[in-house]
Amino acid sequence: MASKTYAGKAVEVDNEGFLMNASDWTEEIAVEMAREVGINELKDGHWKVIHFMRKYFQDKGQIPTIRRIKNAGGVPTQEVYSLFPDGPAKKAAFIAGLGKPQGCV
Amino acid sequence: MADEKIKKVSIVVSKGSLDGVYPGLIMANGARMEGIEANLFFTFFGLEAIMKKRMDKIKVSTVGNPAMHLPSLLGIIPGMSAFATARMKKEMDTLDIPPVSEFVEMIHDAGAKLYACKATVDMFHLTMDDFCEQTEAIINVGKFYEVSQGGQIIFT
Repeated sequence: MASKTYAGKAVEVDNEGFLMNASDWTEEIAVEMAREVGINELKDGHWKVIHFMRKYFQDKGQIPTIRRIKNAGGVPTQEVYSLFPDGPAKKAAFIAGLGKPQGCV
Repeated sequence: MADEKIKKVSIVVSKGSLDGVYPGLIMANGARMEGIEANLFFTFFGLEAIMKKRMDKIKVSTVGNPAMHLPSLLGIIPGMSAFATARMKKEMDTLDIPPVSEFVEMIHDAGAKLYACKATVDMFHLTMDDFCEQTEAIINVGKFYEVSQGGQIIFT
């Protein structure tokens, strides 16, 4: 376990950099985390996915799959892939301050 | 090479049972989720996974399948395969694994390419109309190697 500073706040992260505590997350932290994975600006589309993921995690205690994001969050698969290129599920969960997704789909 | 991240995979789906189709679909979808380029090539009975009229009727085989822990004699009882399939689909749904048609659409929307095998298409007298709209093209084995260039090939 390690500590990292985002937006002036020290947070605990796992060995892959995912936040250990989803409650440490703020939008300012998300902006800096996004830059770290190559997304320089978080637009409305990104926020829609991020907020849906956090809400889902809060309600169900699970990180939503891409299928959930499509069917329950209303964001088409194509869009999720273009918003978070090169590994959308992992990248979006990272920026949303959640852990690494463990499922196969 | 050994330590390099996998960048591209081409997955061949050759079987038309539920357990023959899903591993290939999960692997292709999983590849895209990791940012890996993916092609799917459907051949022989595997073609059923992209045939409009067949794709959502794919079943588990209850005969000649020792891992079902069911004597083959019982497996031939009408409705047994449908029963086993329904139970398995229910389990899959809780894991958020979609039905074949939705899965194929997701994999296509994720940027993977889906191809039908020309030899099988000719053998079964099929045309492009028999396939779902996500099917990129009917290609022969030479073309398959061409589209697979620079990647790894996985046969399922």
